[in-house]
Amino acid sequence: MSPTAFLAAAAAVAVAVFVAATTVGNEYVYFAGYTVLQYIVLATAWNILGGYTGYVNFGSAGFFAIGAYTTVVIYKTLQLPLLVAIPLCGLTTAILGLGMGYLTLRLRGVFFAIATLAMAIVLHTLIVNWPFVGGARGVYIIRPRDVAFFDGYMQFLFAVMLALAVIAVWIARLVERSRLGRGLAAIRDDELAAECAGVPTLKLKLISTTLSGFLMGVAGAPFPYYVTYVDPNGAFNLAYAVNSIAMPLIGGMTSWAGPLIGAILLGTLQQVATVTISSALSLLIVGVLLVLFVTLAPNGLVGLFAALSQRRRHG
Amino acid sequence: MTSLRVSNLVAGYGAVQVLHDVTIRVDDGETVVLLGTNGNGKSTLIKSIVGLVRSTAGSIVLEIDGAARDLRGMSPESIVSLGVAIVPEGRQLFPKLTVEENLLIGAYRPKARPDIDRNLAYCFETFPVLRERRRQLAGLMSGGEQQMLALARALMSSPKMLLIDEPSVGLAPIIVNRMIAKIRELKERYGLTVLMAEQNFTQAVKIADRGYIIVHGEIAHAGTAAELNDNDLIRRFYLGL
Repeated sequence: MSPTAFLAAAAAVAVAVFVAATTVGNEYVYFAGYTVLQYIVLATAWNILGGYTGYVNFGSAGFFAIGAYTTVVIYKTLQLPLLVAIPLCGLTTAILGLGMGYLTLRLRGVFFAIATLAMAIVLHTLIVNWPFVGGARGVYIIRPRDVAFFDGYMQFLFAVMLALAVIAVWIARLVERSRLGRGLAAIRDDELAAECAGVPTLKLKLISTTLSGFLMGVAGAPFPYYVTYVDPNGAFNLAYAVNSIAMPLIGGMTSWAGPLIGAILLGTLQQVATVTISSALSLLIVGVLLVLFVTLAPNGLVGLFAALSQRRRHG
Repeated sequence: MTSLRVSNLVAGYGAVQVLHDVTIRVDDGETVVLLGTNGNGKSTLIKSIVGLVRSTAGSIVLEIDGAARDLRGMSPESIVSLGVAIVPEGRQLFPKLTVEENLLIGAYRPKARPDIDRNLAYCFETFPVLRERRRQLAGLMSGGEQQMLALARALMSSPKMLLIDEPSVGLAPIIVNRMIAKIRELKERYGLTVLMAEQNFTQAVKIADRGYIIVHGEIAHAGTAAELNDNDLIRRFYLGL
């Protein structure tokens, strides 16, 4: 399928999802659906660096929060509409990703992961000590009273996140099938060999961190309008870091479908668990599933399906 | 014109100096072999040329397309983009990617991109087994097939110069024979200039124009293939008799 056809198909699916959500006639559908969609964007973003390139980023929450706090800053200064703020948030975290790449990409494996975790903690400390964005107390965001074409602001946010999810998955698929994606796969498989084969490894890794950072910021951008009250502990929540790793891992890390499936599955499961049992349990589910998948299906659901269909073909 | 001049090169790993004042040259269209047993510095020399090991003194001047430049301090990737292809020791393939993906990664150099289709067709023609296995993961092939893939991948970058580090490692004698013949065939077809490090003396000398014997990080002897073949020095330095 050509990229344009894929984009059209994805948009069609998104419209169908939106229409289906409106027929439920309950505001909560948008509320829960938004979270799942947000995780699609976040998991897809993480996977560009973690899955395609093989660099595990533990600092997703940092990127997500900086995206959200950029919206807060824009809200308090320029007061631009959300749709204009989103690309600016992405730009901020893209620059953050580029900077992180420059500083940390000489580290590999577990050392890179620790550095990203440390970066998220540094960013958290900075935000806590910045009174302009509310510091440790947090900040309130007042949603516009109504928005054109949509039946309430929550429905609008849902539609925005739906569109962002389509764009994120489309970008990921584009990367995966391009020369860039092949170069990233070479880095993931054997960085030294990639270098010897003439792959410009540093450049590609920087593109990867920048792009991944951009999409993470985009995922966090509408967050202040979603919760209407942003505080550092909420925005830098460990759940974002854990989920953005767990979802691609469960879905499969080498293709765009992996994080999408993982986010839908795990995101929905968490929402259901939050409503029916308790919100504290949702992270426990992630933990249990993660252990199960790492031991039973290390290549995720996509890998599992591929293995099963191959076995069937060979009798 | 393609040529390589390594002069008074000193290199090593941390406090351990491996190469002491090494001087070699590879002229246009030549096949030059570096001979020596394990641990004498053959691989270190190849690695210093391609930027995988930092040299501490001396110069490595590559002349290619009429421009000469010192390769010292350059990254492997930028050396490849000048037109030097590397077949690293132990093959260094991408085991979890398919044969075809491995080949396409070899063509990452901007200059090689317009020739991808032609080079790919040629690789498949020269190594028919790669065509059969194009969708298979590289890591699942036999050692000999992997070495062929490594060689084919190097050619995907449309190189002027080929650096090969120990093509015979871990291969059955009959496969080594075939590899050496392939290297000669490719060299003639592409008009390559070749520098090859090899332990297997008899095989390497078959295709070499000249050779250097490297002992404890120093060039112990230099000569043409004929000289190397019946030289008393070889028995002393290399074969240890």
